[in-house]
Amino acid sequence: MADPFTFELVSPERLLLSEAATQVVVPGAEGQFTVLKGHAPVMATLRPGVVEATLARGVVERIFVRGGFADTTPEGLTILAEEAIMLADLGAEKIAAEIRNAEEDVADASDASLKAAAELRLQQLKEVRAAAGHG
Amino acid sequence: MPSLKALRNRIASVKATRKITKAMQMVAAAKLRRAQAAAAAARPYAERMSAVLANLAGGLQEGAGAPRLLSGTGKDDVHLLVVCTGERGLSGAFNSAIARLARDTALRLQRDGKTVKFLCVGRKGYDILRRTFANQIVEFVDLRAVRELGFAQGDMIARKVFALFDAGQFDVATLFFSRFKSVISQVPTAQRLIPAEIAGTAKTAGQAAYEYEPDEETILGDLLPRNIAVQIFGALLENNASFYGAQMTAMDNATRNAGDMINRLTLNYNRTRQAMITKELIEIISGAEAV
Repeated sequence: MADPFTFELVSPERLLLSEAATQVVVPGAEGQFTVLKGHAPVMATLRPGVVEATLARGVVERIFVRGGFADTTPEGLTILAEEAIMLADLGAEKIAAEIRNAEEDVADASDASLKAAAELRLQQLKEVRAAAGHG
Repeated sequence: MPSLKALRNRIASVKATRKITKAMQMVAAAKLRRAQAAAAAARPYAERMSAVLANLAGGLQEGAGAPRLLSGTGKDDVHLLVVCTGERGLSGAFNSAIARLARDTALRLQRDGKTVKFLCVGRKGYDILRRTFANQIVEFVDLRAVRELGFAQGDMIARKVFALFDAGQFDVATLFFSRFKSVISQVPTAQRLIPAEIAGTAKTAGQAAYEYEPDEETILGDLLPRNIAVQIFGALLENNASFYGAQMTAMDNATRNAGDMINRLTLNYNRTRQAMITKELIEIISGAEAV
C-alpha cells in the first residue's frame, strides 16, 4: 500500500474532510488525475465531478464537487470545492435539479463560447449522474 | 404621587417587558452559538484560499498582465463602500457602530475629493446611511427573507460588486462589517476588497515552482472573484455572530434594568400603601377619640 499523505476537502461553509489518504482521484478541468504521496506541486481547477479518496484507514470516500480548485504539494492535497456533497448523501433529485439548471443555461446562453461552456457542464453533470447511479 | 392602581399597572407592565427581554436574550444566546460555529467552520476555507492566492500572486506580480481585480484600475477616484449590517435592531450599538465607521470613512474620502458610493447589505445600515447619503446608495441587498446564511448569499453580493466593477462604476471597494471578538466585544472593521489585498507573499519564495492546469492567468482569473465572494461570505458570518453577541448583551442589560425598575417601583408601591394605611388608622383613632 502507498504511503499516506494529508488530504483536506473544504467547502466555503465547512471543512468536510481532513485526514490521511493514500490515493485521491481528482476531476481536473483538463482531465482526471490521481494524487499519490510526493506528487509534484500542481494547482488545478476542477470540473463538476466525483473526488474519489482512498483513506489511510481503508475506506473509500466518494464526494461530488461542483467545481473548485485542487492545490497539490508534495506534503498533501487540499481541495477547495465550490460545493461538496458526499456522494452517498447526493440524492437523485439534487442531480436532476443541477442538470435542469445546466440545461437552462444552455438554452439561455447568448453567444457561442458561453453555450459551449454550458454544454460542457451539462455533459459533466450527466457523467456524475451515471457515476452516482453505479456507485 | 401616583395612585396605588397606577403603580400596580406600571409594575405589571415592566414585568411583562422583562419577560420579553429575558426570552430574547436566551434566543440570542442559542443563535449566537450556532452563528459562531458557522463562522468557525467557514474559516479553514478562507485561510486556504488566501494561502493559495498568496502563492499564485507572488509568482505573478512580476508579470505585467495581472488581472484588474488584483491590480485595480490604477485610479482611486471612486470608492464603493459595501456596508454589511444586521436586519433587525434591539442589539445595542451594533448597527450604528458599523454605519458610523462607514460614514466617517465616506466623509473623509469626500473631503479628499473622492466620489463615494454605497452598497448596503442589511436594512438597518441602509436606514441609517439613507439619511446622509440618500442618492449615493447604488444598491441595497435585503437579507431579511434568508433564514440561514449560505455561500449563495456571499456569491450573490459578490456578483453585484463585479457587475458594478465591470461597468467601471468604481475603482476601489471596501467592505465594512463587524468582527466578532467575543460576546461582549464586536469590532467594526473595514477591509479592502478590490484591488485585492494579498497577505504574506514572502514565505512562498523558497517553495518549489508550481505547475498550473490550466495556465496561471486562467486560474487566478477564476480564483480572485471566488476569493472576494469568500471574503464577503466570511464577513456576513462574522456579522451574524456579532449581531447575536450584541443582542445578547443588550438584552441582558435590558433585563437587569427592568429588574432594578421593578424593585424601585415595588418599594414606592409599598411605601404608598403603608402611608395610606397609617392615614386611615389616624382617621379612625381621631374619630373615636372625638366621640
